[in-house]
Amino acid sequence: MFKDQVLGLCRNPETAAQAVEALENKGFSAEEYDILTATPYPEGTFGESRHRHRLYVFPFVGAVLGLSVAVLITVGTQIFPPIVTGGKPILSIPPMIIIMFEGTMLGAILFTVIGVIFESRLFGPKLGLYDRRITEGYIGLLVTSSPERVTQAEEAMTGAGVQEFKRLPAGAGGR
Amino acid sequence: MNGGRGAGSEGKMEADRVGVEKKINKDLLGPVFGFPRNFWKASGVLSLVVFAGILAFVWLLINGLGVAGINRPVMWGFFITNFVFWVGISHAGVMISSILRLSRAEWRLPMTRAAEILTIMALFTAALHPIIHSGRPWRTMYWAFPYDFSRMLWPNIRSPIIWDVTAILTYLTSSAMFVYVALIPDLAIARDRASGFARSMYGRMALGWTGTSRQWKLHGIASVLLAGLILPVFVSVHSVVSWDFASLTSVEGWHSTVFAPYFVAGAIHSGVSAVVVVMALMVWFYGWKDYLRPRHFDAIGKLLIAIAIGWFYFYILEFVFGMYSLEGPELAMREMVTFQPPWSIYQIAFLFTAFLIPVSLLLFRRVRRNVLAMFLIGITVNIGMWFERFLIVIPGLARKQPFTFVWGTYRPTLVEILIVAGSFALVFLGILMFAKFFPLVPLSDVKEGEASRGEIQIGRARFKATLQD
Repeated sequence: MFKDQVLGLCRNPETAAQAVEALENKGFSAEEYDILTATPYPEGTFGESRHRHRLYVFPFVGAVLGLSVAVLITVGTQIFPPIVTGGKPILSIPPMIIIMFEGTMLGAILFTVIGVIFESRLFGPKLGLYDRRITEGYIGLLVTSSPERVTQAEEAMTGAGVQEFKRLPAGAGGR
Repeated sequence: MNGGRGAGSEGKMEADRVGVEKKINKDLLGPVFGFPRNFWKASGVLSLVVFAGILAFVWLLINGLGVAGINRPVMWGFFITNFVFWVGISHAGVMISSILRLSRAEWRLPMTRAAEILTIMALFTAALHPIIHSGRPWRTMYWAFPYDFSRMLWPNIRSPIIWDVTAILTYLTSSAMFVYVALIPDLAIARDRASGFARSMYGRMALGWTGTSRQWKLHGIASVLLAGLILPVFVSVHSVVSWDFASLTSVEGWHSTVFAPYFVAGAIHSGVSAVVVVMALMVWFYGWKDYLRPRHFDAIGKLLIAIAIGWFYFYILEFVFGMYSLEGPELAMREMVTFQPPWSIYQIAFLFTAFLIPVSLLLFRRVRRNVLAMFLIGITVNIGMWFERFLIVIPGLARKQPFTFVWGTYRPTLVEILIVAGSFALVFLGILMFAKFFPLVPLSDVKEGEASRGEIQIGRARFKATLQD
């Protein structure tokens, strides 16, 4: 199903919060609208619902993978050379712990970065419906829904004090 | 367009909010989209010094390590001293960004990125030194990476050199990732102000960031997660560097069990002092006195007092415990460093510049709030900390060991001095070049600070809404 998009631009957080309230009063779900800002306002500033995510899983996966690679490298580089040890243990555990620790941490950190990119849906430079003024302090309210619902959203936001809108019809490419 | 709310005083407040953000963008992206007054002069001078360092290195490659002052028994000289020094400086970023982020110190906001970039440049420069010191840099590949499957040549993981490679590469990669994640929202701001090729490049690096509430939430969580994850790496890096020394039990002054925390504390001391130097340069060079205010210098000055005292405690501990063993060679080495010139002169210079002078001055509020005074203190501490590293590396080797029949002391050559000077220029040139293409002060953090500024009323008193120190 094709969906229209409308972007309302507010000049302050209070108007944005009122617009979000107006949208919710009209029955818009959290999946239908988003708030775009250039400032990290605390979660809930605009009355938006909490986002669920799985970012915490990524460092654990990375840590396990990093540890596995480190174990392979440390064990492998000690076992492969055909050294006669006269019955003494081949593996030297204390240095292995240092390298395994670094490998574990590196894996966890790299996967955290992958996680934040994946969970934030940062998949490429394409922006969709957007306005450059958002990075100058304007607050954008992006509604994505059927054409009729988008018209309703525009009316609701207008009633809450939003003064400027940009609209993207279904199927049109955003900038 | 519809009429609506936003008239009168509210309209003025709204306009002010947008105006503040516009001003922040204009001020902090100024060096990215233009050139500061002395940009070409500064980059020209720094490039010349770097070039002199490169020429010295090429000379060393052609003629071998004999052109350096190292000789038996002092086989570690300026290169290793400088390596330890720059690894120490690299602890600035994590101290400022991670520890202060986790402790929610608001004053860190404008200086985090400069500290992180200092970390990356210092670490990169540090990593060059063991390679230069090897004299045959291409051979370090065999030592460091397990890639020569055909000849069954593997790195010796029992060697502290391999631990160094592992720890430094982990820390460098982690710090770069930390900077990149923090940079994404600012790249989006640069994208929106740029045009043509620059807009395309910033757009690709910003990965389509639009500042949705989900993106901000995950960005905040990732910052805390990365800060928490990078902290143990931060501790491990200088601990591992200290084990380069501590694991050599035959050298007096090196085989100390307290070396790891002593090195980490010293690293934080020199790193935070280096951040003060960079902050002062940012005020003078970019004119950002509205963003790096006296209260920021005041706060970091107080932090420096605490760090310096903590580090000095470990220094005393290391010195006293070294003598407590009553081993003859150890006592002789300590006596040499304390009473015999030139070591005793270096020792006194180090104690005064790294601790006594700066800490005494930092106790005064007027000094802490003076940019020039703080700049000079930052330089002084780092001169002292460089001497400290020198006194750790050289005297233990320079003292005659039993069964050492060829021995002498150490005198650096011009080649070593030029490479060390080049390393300093390289770090500052790197920061200057970064600031030409990316914002050196995190715009979103500054905007967050502005948005959360204000006062709350409790009873009859009004308090600042944001924690300042």
